[in-house]
Amino acid sequence: MSSRYEEVGLKHDEYKKILEFLGREPNELELNMYGVMWSEHCSYKHSKVLFKHFPTDGKNVLQGPGENAGIVDIGDNLAIAMKIESHNHPSAIEPYQGAATGVGGIIRDIFAMGARPIALLNSLRFGEIENSDRVKFLLDGVVEGIAGYGNCMGIPTVGGEVYFNSSYKGNPLVNAMCVGVIEHKKIHRANASGVGNSIMYIGAATGRDGMGGASFASVELTEQSEEKKSAVQVGDPFMEKLLLEACLELLDTDCIVGIQDLGAAGLTSACCETATKGEGGMEIDVLKVPRREENMLPVEIMISESQERMLLIVKKGRENEVREIVEKWNLHAVTIGTVTNNDRLIVREGNVVVGDMPAQSLDSSGAPKYYKDYEIPKYIEEVRKFRSSDVNEPTDYNETLLKMLTAPNIASKEWIYRQYDHMVRTNTVVAPGSDAAVIRIRGTNKAIALTTDCNSRFCYLNPREGSKIAVTEAARNIVCSGATPIAITDGLNFGSPEKPDRFWQFRECIIGIGEACRELDTPVISGNVSFYNETENSAIYPTPIIGMVGVLDDVSKACTMEFKSAGDVIILLGKTKDEIGGSEYLSRIHNLESGHVPYLNFALEKKIQKLILSAIDKELLCSAHDLSEGGLAVALAECCITNKLGAKIELKTNLRTDIELFSETQSRFVVSLKQKDVYELVVKLEDEKIPFSIIGEVSESDFKIDVNSEEVVSLKTELMAEKWRGALKCLMD
Amino acid sequence: MKFGIIVFPGSNCDIDCYHALKVELKQNVEYIWHDTENIDDFDCIILPGGFSYGDYLRCGAAAANTRIMESVKEHAQRGKLVIGICNGFQVLTEVGLLPGALIRNEKLKFICDVAPVRVENNESPFTNQLVEGQIINLPIAHGEGNYVATEETLKELKENKQILFTYQKNPNGSILDIAGICNEKRNVLGMMPHPERACEALLGNIDGKAIFESIILSLQGGTKK
Repeated sequence: MSSRYEEVGLKHDEYKKILEFLGREPNELELNMYGVMWSEHCSYKHSKVLFKHFPTDGKNVLQGPGENAGIVDIGDNLAIAMKIESHNHPSAIEPYQGAATGVGGIIRDIFAMGARPIALLNSLRFGEIENSDRVKFLLDGVVEGIAGYGNCMGIPTVGGEVYFNSSYKGNPLVNAMCVGVIEHKKIHRANASGVGNSIMYIGAATGRDGMGGASFASVELTEQSEEKKSAVQVGDPFMEKLLLEACLELLDTDCIVGIQDLGAAGLTSACCETATKGEGGMEIDVLKVPRREENMLPVEIMISESQERMLLIVKKGRENEVREIVEKWNLHAVTIGTVTNNDRLIVREGNVVVGDMPAQSLDSSGAPKYYKDYEIPKYIEEVRKFRSSDVNEPTDYNETLLKMLTAPNIASKEWIYRQYDHMVRTNTVVAPGSDAAVIRIRGTNKAIALTTDCNSRFCYLNPREGSKIAVTEAARNIVCSGATPIAITDGLNFGSPEKPDRFWQFRECIIGIGEACRELDTPVISGNVSFYNETENSAIYPTPIIGMVGVLDDVSKACTMEFKSAGDVIILLGKTKDEIGGSEYLSRIHNLESGHVPYLNFALEKKIQKLILSAIDKELLCSAHDLSEGGLAVALAECCITNKLGAKIELKTNLRTDIELFSETQSRFVVSLKQKDVYELVVKLEDEKIPFSIIGEVSESDFKIDVNSEEVVSLKTELMAEKWRGALKCLMD
Repeated sequence: MKFGIIVFPGSNCDIDCYHALKVELKQNVEYIWHDTENIDDFDCIILPGGFSYGDYLRCGAAAANTRIMESVKEHAQRGKLVIGICNGFQVLTEVGLLPGALIRNEKLKFICDVAPVRVENNESPFTNQLVEGQIINLPIAHGEGNYVATEETLKELKENKQILFTYQKNPNGSILDIAGICNEKRNVLGMMPHPERACEALLGNIDGKAIFESIILSLQGGTKK
């Protein structure tokens, strides 16, 4: 039989620490509160020590990590609040509700800062989809859950990414990102200050759903995990919509001192986070908390993760004003406690004190911190033995290209984003399907560009370089839209930190992200860590998802990836090298996930990104697209498909043809421009000593690639489009 | 001339309609909170898209039972204009201002896309700036846009030329490809596509403008292009 502390997910040493804090044995309520607060999900006990590698400040950062969301300045007294969060384990068990409540939670984080949510993105990972009914079931449910919540809220889902890889077979990833806009002076924080101020609870009543969800997220998935369905919450987007409008109206008054959403670890977390950031203490009465079930125990009330609830710290005497506004939105506001300065979190049930703990001991400052041992996993040496010459060159490039275009990782994701309302609120200037989504900021000339990115195969083969590439590729997506990258939020999805090889992957990725963010001047303003993404036998590929925001000063200059008209000249920026290690080509065509990841040269990267931004600003470019999975051939095909145009490409190279076409060499872009503008761009490229080649021109409807004067690809764009569009749809319908 | 946009808890496209009319079409327009009693001031009432009352029970059903819908019915009975877009169309069928019903899309999935729509009848206050047979591209975003009606109703709709818009490529299983219909008196329009999302060149589509321009012209007393 397991001991009391093991049942709430704590270790013996951790239990001893609780005894020290309390000077006595904790009762059932207290033990459970420590259990959820000291779970990895809430305390970051295995990850916090590494965050020092992240740049978290900068001239534009108004709020770095540690609040409900990060905030970055975009000028004109406006700022962007953003955060990404995982909901992996709930989605593995109950895909619809798991994904839906993931979206609900991240939206609350944004409006808890006082920002109006204006866009949602998501980053999804599943096992191989071809021949897997389980993966199809999960994808179907997750997409429907995201759609069900976001659409009902009237917040457009404008971007994201989906990858399929066998490492995610038993443990899919569902990361949701929300972005909001806020005036500087309206920024609110999770702060319980002012002794005697009231703690008010608004939103949905508390039930027994989502019991111990934070702890559930902090262990590996097993066959018994299905039994944890009660740890998955149920979402009500309509309630959240009312809560959103009520909160934003409340935050326009000066009644509110602090605000905190009830997310992981429910009331427990919200109370102790706000208390420790404020006067230090708080006293609440669980009998005042609205409940939707009878005979709920104090412990159930304190750790429930029922959705759509918010905690407000309200100036004493202003409670009625709050009530009036909240009731206008058909919700109730109840005073459940008061702010104190005795540094204790006291839980009462009526007149009886049922829990009494030092508030700080519960939160991440009191929680234990670990710096685990790490070691290089054994596979690393093996995968690096790969050489390009180990694989045979394909004989038919038409067939090879079509096979690449129908790879689930490359094929159109229209089946997915067609289920998301990506246009509601009429600000979506560039919709899903291009490199980054572009959202106009009303009342200004500005727009923001948004993307999520992570090539986890690269992160598996080389976590440090792979995560640098993830940040840089996100920046390329932003730059292709004409926007300057300004900040990131990161969704860090890994295996168990208690296993040295997994912890090595984590550590390497953190260092890589930190380095790339410093190079590209995009500080980390918020994020989320999800460990224990493993099933009995194996961990997921390390997956540090980068959510990035950029600013475009003149929305009318937003650039997209597709070719615009026949006759335009196509230029490749950057130079292709023999770098098929970890490529989609190697995986799709040769069934190999091996090799060295491509080399990333920040000096060159920054020069090219800067040049593209200036060329878009001067309106020299008709289109810009960065090269990623599938390399040059796939990028060119993607540029042709949207407007059903063709291309006549002539490549000169010393590389083997498959390498030339599908290598994933970094720092490369395909741009198209009018003949008259070619000279101006070429002069700039030569001035900056950026390698480039004029590789052909846009044509009416045929897609042709010659390599060293020999025709290797000749396809109708219509056929490519049909295959690329149909692949995922065909699997799902 | 004044437009009024009714705001139910859960309305989402209220703000989109407001911007289209105020900013793009320079009209006098106001939001009307759902507990407002008197709407006599308004010439054209818009029931916007969204998920009124969460669309719980049945989409549009809860909104149909609000007091303001009594006022909207009176407004319509007096011959004044009403337009229901998406969720608004669902509400109009629920209150009986328009016949038929909207059920879940044939493939049971929410669809957000741009749909080519054919103008079937331009002799209405909502379509007088369009040409019969013209194809316009309008955004759609709905999970329940599959129009159904009895044989008898469909016969009436056809005979009275009440079908104003049809889909070129039916996205949701709607009977007779119906995208939008009006009542017999031609003063109440319900449509699933979102013209308010297609009023601004920056967003890549201005095909929806003609519908609002038609309304403006007919309110000014004109009818033809």
